[in-house]
Amino acid sequence: MRRKRQRLTLVGLILLGVGAATALTLTAFEDNILFFYSPSDVDERGVEPGRRIRLGGVVAEDSVGEHRDGVSVRFTVTDWEREIDVVYAGLLPDLFRECQGVVAEGTLGADGIFVADQVLAKHDENYMPPEVAESLQGDPLCGDPLQAADRHAGRAAETPRP
Amino acid sequence: MHALANPARFTVLARRLAPWLGGLAIVLTGIGLYLALLGSPPDYQQGETVRIMYVHVPAAWMALFVYACMAAASVAGLVWKTVLAELACKAMAPIGAAFTAICLITGSLWGAPMWGTWWVWDARLTSVLLLFFLYLGYLALVNAFDEPGRGLKAGGILVLVGVVNLPIIKFSVDWWNTLHQPASVSRIGVPAIDPAMLAPLLVMAAAFMAFFASVALLRIRAEILERRLQALRFAQAAAAVPAAGRTGMPAGAPGAAAGRGA
Repeated sequence: MRRKRQRLTLVGLILLGVGAATALTLTAFEDNILFFYSPSDVDERGVEPGRRIRLGGVVAEDSVGEHRDGVSVRFTVTDWEREIDVVYAGLLPDLFRECQGVVAEGTLGADGIFVADQVLAKHDENYMPPEVAESLQGDPLCGDPLQAADRHAGRAAETPRP
Repeated sequence: MHALANPARFTVLARRLAPWLGGLAIVLTGIGLYLALLGSPPDYQQGETVRIMYVHVPAAWMALFVYACMAAASVAGLVWKTVLAELACKAMAPIGAAFTAICLITGSLWGAPMWGTWWVWDARLTSVLLLFFLYLGYLALVNAFDEPGRGLKAGGILVLVGVVNLPIIKFSVDWWNTLHQPASVSRIGVPAIDPAMLAPLLVMAAAFMAFFASVALLRIRAEILERRLQALRFAQAAAAVPAAGRTGMPAGAPGAAAGRGA
């Protein structure tokens, strides 16, 4: 009985030790685990121009248009606190549209415009049939999906979350 | 629990339960596939592509669940020295690895049209890939020893250490920003998924669960039988060896007779 308890304690200690070590490692490398920077992150961290980063956020409403060069697309990525203009020449994923989450990989130019060479669409956790989505239309908040889903589920709408 | 730790009783139970669970898995898969492919609406944004979810998400749940079962079995094996638990852990590993592979492959197929990429190194995808390697590493380790008991013990420790990966996978989408979207079903409050799409998802999850239970019981039973067969062979060999060594003994000695018969 005593040996069993000893072994059980040992197993518990192994779990605790490995857990603590992992937690410390993950905290130390937190910046590297982040998949993208939001526009506010770019601001706060002072990302220097020329460094390759991924910029993530939501494509601002009425911001998608043609760039001056006539080939590239330009749009604004926002996190509802700060915005960054993005220029991208290439194919956009199916889900790319205004008010949709995107992750753009590229470099921030000296002029503050982000030049992307890859744009990925990030979809949210809400799934619903088109009819249900239609009944939620006319949303003044650019169809912030979180709010839409909350209303869909019959809950009070919260303030927009980035 | 203690009654189940008896291999003989477990074998009988497994033989009775496995076919029923297998049948249940087939029926549920039939219903689930019908609901998933025909009986549910397309998504308002992803269209028909959303149907990959009905395989991808249950496979991901099972990948985590099977590993949790293996971890529980490892604790039982390491602490209470239950051979049955160690064998169960070994028997479940390939099933978990297969679910993880299905999850990774279907996720990749889903990501290509929706995200615009097959693979990214974000926290969720990377931690699931690590889970897949843990499964493979466990299988390699368990089979790397001449003495099966030592392999099972070493593998059990590996499973135990790897268990920290489970909360990382689950909460990766909340702790860090990832390309992968956060949880839809298990989030606090109401699921962010329409009931018409939640139903096929849950039926498919039940089907996967029944399939796992059925195959796991069969595999654990096979491991027990294999162990018993090994023990019999050892006993036979042990009986034969001294007989061969005693060539000078007169014919008709009990050891020699057993040796010839083997």
